[in-house]
Amino acid sequence: MGYPPRMYELIKAVEATRQRRYDERHPRLSPEGKQQLLEKFHPDYRPDTMRPVKVGVSRGTVMPHELVDVLESWSRLDPEKFPLDKIDYDVDVLIIGGGGAGASAALMANENGADVLLATKLRLGDANTMMAQGGIQAADKPNDSPTLHYLDVMGGGGFANKPELVRALVQDAPLVIKWLEDLGCMFDKEPDGTMTTQHGGGTCRKRMHAARDYSGAEIMRTLRDEVKNREIPVLEFSPAVELLSDGEGTCTGAVLMNLETREFLIVRAKTVVVSTGGFGRLHIADFPTTNHYGATADGLVMVYRLGGRLVFLDATQFHPTGAAYPEQIVGLLITEKVRGLGAQLVNIHGEQFVYPLETRDAVSSAIIRECVERKKGIVTETGQYGVWLDSPMIEQIHGEGTILRSLPAMYRQYARFGIDMRKTPILVFPTLHYQNGGVDIRDDTSVTTVENLFVAGETSGGVHGRNRLMGNSLLDVVVFGRRAGVAAARKARHVESGHLSLAHVSDYHKELEDAGLPKDRISPILLPSYTRHQAVPGANPAV
Amino acid sequence: MEEEKVKIFIMGKAYQVPKGLTIMKAMEYAGYQFIRGCGCRGGFCGACGTVYRMPDDYRLLVGLACQTVVEDGMYLTQIPVFPGNKATYDVEELRPVLSDILKLYPELTRCLGCNTCTKACPQDLDVMNYMAAAMRGDIARAADMSFDCLMCGLCAARCPAETVQYNIAILLRRVYGRHIAPRAEHLAARVEEILDGAFDESLDEVMRLSRAELEALYNQRDIEPE
Repeated sequence: MGYPPRMYELIKAVEATRQRRYDERHPRLSPEGKQQLLEKFHPDYRPDTMRPVKVGVSRGTVMPHELVDVLESWSRLDPEKFPLDKIDYDVDVLIIGGGGAGASAALMANENGADVLLATKLRLGDANTMMAQGGIQAADKPNDSPTLHYLDVMGGGGFANKPELVRALVQDAPLVIKWLEDLGCMFDKEPDGTMTTQHGGGTCRKRMHAARDYSGAEIMRTLRDEVKNREIPVLEFSPAVELLSDGEGTCTGAVLMNLETREFLIVRAKTVVVSTGGFGRLHIADFPTTNHYGATADGLVMVYRLGGRLVFLDATQFHPTGAAYPEQIVGLLITEKVRGLGAQLVNIHGEQFVYPLETRDAVSSAIIRECVERKKGIVTETGQYGVWLDSPMIEQIHGEGTILRSLPAMYRQYARFGIDMRKTPILVFPTLHYQNGGVDIRDDTSVTTVENLFVAGETSGGVHGRNRLMGNSLLDVVVFGRRAGVAAARKARHVESGHLSLAHVSDYHKELEDAGLPKDRISPILLPSYTRHQAVPGANPAV
Repeated sequence: MEEEKVKIFIMGKAYQVPKGLTIMKAMEYAGYQFIRGCGCRGGFCGACGTVYRMPDDYRLLVGLACQTVVEDGMYLTQIPVFPGNKATYDVEELRPVLSDILKLYPELTRCLGCNTCTKACPQDLDVMNYMAAAMRGDIARAADMSFDCLMCGLCAARCPAETVQYNIAILLRRVYGRHIAPRAEHLAARVEEILDGAFDESLDEVMRLSRAELEALYNQRDIEPE
């Protein structure tokens, strides 16, 4: 395997300019230049990718078609018929979603004395958290401060972020790193214990902490291990399909579905935390995605039906460097750390066209411009656009062995397909990476418009404004997951278990009907469909 | 142009699938909608451990379905979960010594040194030798060598001594991270400062700024050299 001969020919142009480029610093974009670039090339600004949602509390708000499709859908349950009298689980705190936020919430709710149940669609730890490579931000060095971190987050988010959430994020950041260190997370450290930190796109200080390039995996497996050690009850392969309310808009539990047996389970809970992740697997604007198999916006759908307001969902993060070759891994994440370590982005002529550590929205737009407008990208055998990420520079800057030591997952990814990224550049193109927006919450993760309901992690919106910085999503899930666990457990102490009803779903269905929306759409979709078989007329394969 | 196909056997049943697909995409092409055996789809989560065999070869091979390309004649099945033993513990209370590890996993010493685990690792980790390091009480070395483990469980599935390498390994890494790795003193100091409210005032201040003022401050901030 490896590259086809034609591509090895093209790589010569990259090698020819490499020596010169070591000392060449591509100019940074001016604020105006960046705005123009975004408006012209970022998919968020393409009018054909979005429409206003017709129903629900945020009706009229513009969001991507693929998300609006699942919001303008019917429940899996018929609210008039579905029986709610037999309660399968009666708990203080129900946590829906078993990624970094859900696991953190479970640990803190448990520590705060609550009787906790965690339900998740796939396995505990099956989440985007597991895949985060680059790192986690925290202002814990003497030359840094939470205030500088605050500035970076606001600037990265286009100054649209919700300030109270940003404050919580940056202030808790060192606290959660310490918490993780105490749990035994193996962060990269100097021999004296000093955290090894790097820049990420849009940071003014080197505050990116990492655990090689398995940062998210290291955090997730540690949290998962701890949930198991504390023997917190976990239901795997049991996604929630609907939240329950008392009939007056207060959340009182959820209906789960055993994915394998298709049995429905009713959970009554005093408080509920939704931490189901984002919408990457809806393939917004037809982009490939870096996201986990389970990222199908389930939480957004359920919370929206119960009246949770959605914010910033017209802002989607496209990671600048998704794999563009080989075909088997198209769309998978090439961590920003590759650029953080000095690899430059270059076009077919071996020339730089953007400063590699601009914010992600800007770098993505610049790559799209280079390929689509300037026609200086590379086109693969399968018609995929790409530009070169000159990874061999890393070894020359930091010394031989750096890639194996700092990017073992990346190296392994390419070596499996016969490409040695230490010696040849890799081909990249933007890929759908992150849902910047989500459910509107307060800084204790309580949903602004629904009682006894908490949302943490990618399902929530506001903290990152219109664009999240690298290293702030791992931080987000742990900071707000922990806050959700504490707040939900404390709230549960003063709440009586409520009446269980699907009245809000009846009301929502009525809205769908009044809007004349098609009846064949059902959500949450739970699993993306990548199978080849189409429906055959005259045959019903349903078992 | 007709795409080139290969014949694979999924749990014993033959399917023609396009050449060059990963096992995961080939199974989807064949019509499987995964519930188990599919996670991150990018080689990080260990959900899709797969055991396979090639024609005319008795040996069992392993790979992650999302990272392994199908080959003609491949005979495969997934091992999406393995019911391995998992000890529970309070990492805080453990001491970084072999005896504490052995109390939790006495089966560690049953290792036969057969190297089957190493051959079964889709991450190409030297599993047998990190287990050997563990048996010598060299927790730091075992933690380092096992760091890239995805906990797919294929090692334990193949182990004739019935040890649970991947679960022992995370215990060792947590003990290393908690008790052996040097602590970050600057971190502990910063946590104290935050708890003392050292940054409250300056955060209050930036939160009060108008958007224009905040933007100006952002654009003027100095950037630490690389």
